[in-house]
Amino acid sequence: MKIAGILQALLWRDIKLAMRRQSDVVATLFFFVVAVSLFPLGIGSAPSLMHAIGPGVIWVAALLSSMLSLNRLFSSDYADGTLEQLLLVPMPLTLILAIKIFAHWIVAGLPLVILAPILGLQFDMGAKDIGILVLSLILGTPLLSLIGAIGAALILGMRGGGVLLAILVLPLYIPVLIFGAGAVTASVNGISPEGALSLIAAMLTLGVVFAPFAAAVALRISLE
Amino acid sequence: MNWYKFSSPKTFYPVAGSLAPYFLGVAGALLILGLYIAFFLAPTDFQQGEAYRIIFVHVPAAWMSMFVYLIMAGWSVVGLSLNSKLSYMMAQALAPTGAIFTFLALVTGSLWGKPMWGAWWVWDARLTSELILLFLYVGYMALHSALDDVRRADRATAVFALVSAVNVPIIYFSVKWWNTLHQGASVSLTQAPAMAKIMLMGMLIMSISFWMYTIGVALLRLQCIIAEREREIIWMNEAQRSE
Amino acid sequence: MLKVRALECRRGASLLMSDFNMSLEAGQLIHLQGANGTGKTSLLRIISGLSTQETGKVLWNDVDIRTAREDYSSNLIYIGHQPAIKDDLTVLENLTVSLKLNGVNVDIKRLGEALEVVGLARRKNLPARVLSQGQRRRLSLARLWLDQRPLWILDEPFNALDVQANKLLEERLDQHLVSSGMCILTSHHTPNIDKKLLTEVSLGL
Repeated sequence: MKIAGILQALLWRDIKLAMRRQSDVVATLFFFVVAVSLFPLGIGSAPSLMHAIGPGVIWVAALLSSMLSLNRLFSSDYADGTLEQLLLVPMPLTLILAIKIFAHWIVAGLPLVILAPILGLQFDMGAKDIGILVLSLILGTPLLSLIGAIGAALILGMRGGGVLLAILVLPLYIPVLIFGAGAVTASVNGISPEGALSLIAAMLTLGVVFAPFAAAVALRISLE
Repeated sequence: MNWYKFSSPKTFYPVAGSLAPYFLGVAGALLILGLYIAFFLAPTDFQQGEAYRIIFVHVPAAWMSMFVYLIMAGWSVVGLSLNSKLSYMMAQALAPTGAIFTFLALVTGSLWGKPMWGAWWVWDARLTSELILLFLYVGYMALHSALDDVRRADRATAVFALVSAVNVPIIYFSVKWWNTLHQGASVSLTQAPAMAKIMLMGMLIMSISFWMYTIGVALLRLQCIIAEREREIIWMNEAQRSE
Repeated sequence: MLKVRALECRRGASLLMSDFNMSLEAGQLIHLQGANGTGKTSLLRIISGLSTQETGKVLWNDVDIRTAREDYSSNLIYIGHQPAIKDDLTVLENLTVSLKLNGVNVDIKRLGEALEVVGLARRKNLPARVLSQGQRRRLSLARLWLDQRPLWILDEPFNALDVQANKLLEERLDQHLVSSGMCILTSHHTPNIDKKLLTEVSLGL
């Protein structure tokens, strides 16, 4: 089917391009690790403190890493003119962006999820809590990519866009952070994380349905 | 009467100018009435003494900050669907006032907190939500001023206003949840004392006063925005003609 | 058949064109002319659906292109100022992807032939990064030998092309027009094709 062929081609293209610029992916991961390490260095490393701040610190660092990687979503395609061509593909832009965001998550979000357990150990988290951490990130990082895509589309091509992107996107990230870190904190404190996790799942569903459309609208506005 | 005539910025300009004083006048009158109630008519609170009176500014300001954001989102929808420049300008005119109310809510919340809890800032649900709302207002205004192309700025900020307005209830809900998770029982700084009818009246009057003020000031600001844009068009056309 | 009616187009605060009308039929080539800043690129972008106009309509077979966007897109090829090439993909990969994204299935043999025609066959496995400006332009134009869409919208396609590549493109344009295709393009010089098929349109108030 033609649609599947087009989507497949796009997915292949984005992942292939990311693979050929592996330094970008590595840099994001590196930032994640460094950011996490900054907190104990700044706050102090008493074990009880580490235990308490672990979930929040890892989540904040994941959030910031995710935000830093948003630039890569559109900027390179915009610079060489391929983004325009994507707007002319005979398919709804919403679907095109959904695939692009998915590809972006695989390259920028999934590695964070994979690295998280190791960082969890740095904060003395137990196996069960690490499991909840991974689950919360699997649900949360795609949502961060989805929301972030809207911001990235709005500031396309702007000088100093990075700072503005942070201003626009970080407030919108806050519910994801609250429920994501909250789920893990709840688990650490012996409360059930189910409520928080199901809320993230609900937000993710809404995000998958609406965010690509909003990003498509924003992208058309930016490319006029 | 042909209402569409007024959707042209040029036609609306004088209308805005003539309406504004009325709104500001009503706002002023209601403000005096509201403050009178706040300071002289409302009884002293059993638990919180006199300091609670700041609620008459804090709560209406908080209500207005959220209300104005909703109205901005509303004008953004109108602008995006009808492609009318005046709607975008109206949203742009409302933003600074909404931000001021948000800031006012934060400051009065802080002033309330100091005598109550001994701290200048408390991370309670409402104050934290107001803080995030302030970030959204700042983001909106920053985005508009950072984009050189006015047309793109209008439409991009409209999209942002919509997306963030939809998120405001989600943010509020999540912050409330976060508060209960970390502080157990809802120790709310801004837990208003049991409402005597006169207190509700007072807050309502203050809210309407703020609302009238918002409309009046937004109309004046709208005039400035219209004038700025017209000037740019005139300037560009003159430059073209002289080529 | 493409029709442009009463088009008004702005860039920023300046009015580029007002009440602009134009029509393009099968077998016709419109050469869009005008000094810098008269809105040639803006017009092409509006026609391709990338930008929107202030007022006026663009009609494809009497249907407003804004109401049938995907259908319209599947009938046009737009090649803008930028060659739209990914530096990190090879020449062959670039061409393959740009066709696949438009739902065009081509086998490797025909891809090879097209690259042969534009003179890039020997570089087909090199990353596009190493190509010169002229070679990039040729790669972006290679699509025209493989995609059968009727409407071509080309912005300065002859830019950076050497004499030989120039001739190749003109020949391809001729072929396209003869088989009922249509084209609107901008260029500094008038393309050397059958004068009967050529229409000149000038912009500039």
